[in-house]
Amino acid sequence: MRPVIQVSGVRKTYGKTVAVDEVSFEVNEGEIFGLIGPNGAGKTTTMECIEGLRTPDQGTISVLGLDPFRHVYKLQDRIGVQLQQAQLQKRIKVWEAVDLWASLYQKKAIDGEHLLEQLGLADKRGAWFMNLSGGQKQRLFIALALINDPEVVFLDELTTGLDPQSRRAIWDLVRGIRARGKTVFLTTHLMEEAERLCDRVAIIEHGRIIDMDRPERLVDRHCPERTVVLATDDPIAEDRFRAIPGVEAVILTDLRFTIRGRGDDLVTEVIRCLSENRIRVTDFRTILPNLEDVFLKLTGHSIRE
Amino acid sequence: MMRGLWKLTWIEIKIFLREPLGAFGTIGFPVLVFLVLGRVAGRRLAPPPLAASSFILVGLPVLASVLIAVSAVLSLVTIISIYREGGILKRLRATPLRPQTILTAHVIVKLILTAATLALMVLAGKRYYPVDVHAPLFSFTLALLISTWSILSIGFLIASIVPTARFAQPIGAIILYPMIAVSGLFVRVDSLPPVLHAVARVLPLTYAVPLLQGIWNGEAWSTHVGDVAALAVLFAVCTALSTRVFRWE
Repeated sequence: MRPVIQVSGVRKTYGKTVAVDEVSFEVNEGEIFGLIGPNGAGKTTTMECIEGLRTPDQGTISVLGLDPFRHVYKLQDRIGVQLQQAQLQKRIKVWEAVDLWASLYQKKAIDGEHLLEQLGLADKRGAWFMNLSGGQKQRLFIALALINDPEVVFLDELTTGLDPQSRRAIWDLVRGIRARGKTVFLTTHLMEEAERLCDRVAIIEHGRIIDMDRPERLVDRHCPERTVVLATDDPIAEDRFRAIPGVEAVILTDLRFTIRGRGDDLVTEVIRCLSENRIRVTDFRTILPNLEDVFLKLTGHSIRE
Repeated sequence: MMRGLWKLTWIEIKIFLREPLGAFGTIGFPVLVFLVLGRVAGRRLAPPPLAASSFILVGLPVLASVLIAVSAVLSLVTIISIYREGGILKRLRATPLRPQTILTAHVIVKLILTAATLALMVLAGKRYYPVDVHAPLFSFTLALLISTWSILSIGFLIASIVPTARFAQPIGAIILYPMIAVSGLFVRVDSLPPVLHAVARVLPLTYAVPLLQGIWNGEAWSTHVGDVAALAVLFAVCTALSTRVFRWE
């Protein structure tokens, strides 16, 4: 795989505040790469340096072999950008925005009407921007980011403030972008979004990247614990559970057992134990750690704080 | 280099016309001032003595034209600050659009607006004006466009310093309207106190007013080369300054 974005030792300060410090990573062709972290961690600054909208104080960036600062217009021609909290002119119509954007690129733009149809905006093509809902605005911004058939698409907090239904619809769209062979670079503070969408993520906090990998590998590395919660009134159950290999704790509350342990085999071992001992259960759930837990483990605080 | 300029200009014109209040305020106000003052002065002083008729014949059209230019500039300041605050400028910059293309589109929109308002004023004047006017309209339009173009550069400078869109209109008005007072339209620039005189010397309206008055009176362009040159120099200076201090977000 060929890296399309290479970031090396980037630092950016605003006055005395260090927004981004010694950030380095690579994004490969055809993957969805997520920069995740709480608000104010430096995600947007990093992304805007890569897009050529800001100049880093130190470090080098290369996108599609171009320097985003020196070749900013050449770069803009080949990438698509969706900015956090952007607006358009209040009274611009949907089709006018698409038409304007299509005229800005050297390369022939893709069919705007078809794009609006794909994004479910066809019946809104004559509507003013100010009269669109949050989800419709966001889909329009995605349309504008895709109009030039870009090689790399940048999406900054693209589902923030949307309801769960619109969020899911937009996730499908982003997967569709990858399916067409594009590279996607996104930022999010929603761990669920990162987990469902990203092939690889970098966790950033206070302007520094603290770890980077595939989401499931990050979970395995930092949060190997597994938890099974089940309900049974079998009196022999507790002793049997304690004997399962890898189990570290068995907690009983109101006929409900919480079994904690390590390793991928824990769930299988619990099921085997239930079956061998013919223990009758009325409920069975597994609680797997996720990126949220990884973040908590790495930083000592929740991402929402 | 200027890719997208015409499309952006056309869209901005359409957007401007879709905002009924903004369009009325910018186009309607100078025309209204022109008509009301013209009627009042015309009626009260009929038959017009010489002084009054000179005001109606030259002063009033020039005052109204200056108001047209100032409204256009105020409207530019407001739009630029709204676009900046809303992140519209930033969104436009994240494309191959050059910054100067975005600003040029807005200047063209304002110049077209200025010409349209002037045309409206002349039409309204033909109907209601008490005295026949034989001013060289084509030359006068050109003179007004040159003046507006020069004052627009001050508009960019103001747009660079206003902190939020809410303050754009009042701050713009506080800076621009007093310029009319010292422009020589009411009091001769020479007779101003020294401090005001010095201030007036660096304001574009001080050169726009004699240019407009002269052209309206049918004087030749050659007698106003100095005014046009001063307007061009002020434009160059303000544009250079604003490219240094202009904020896109």
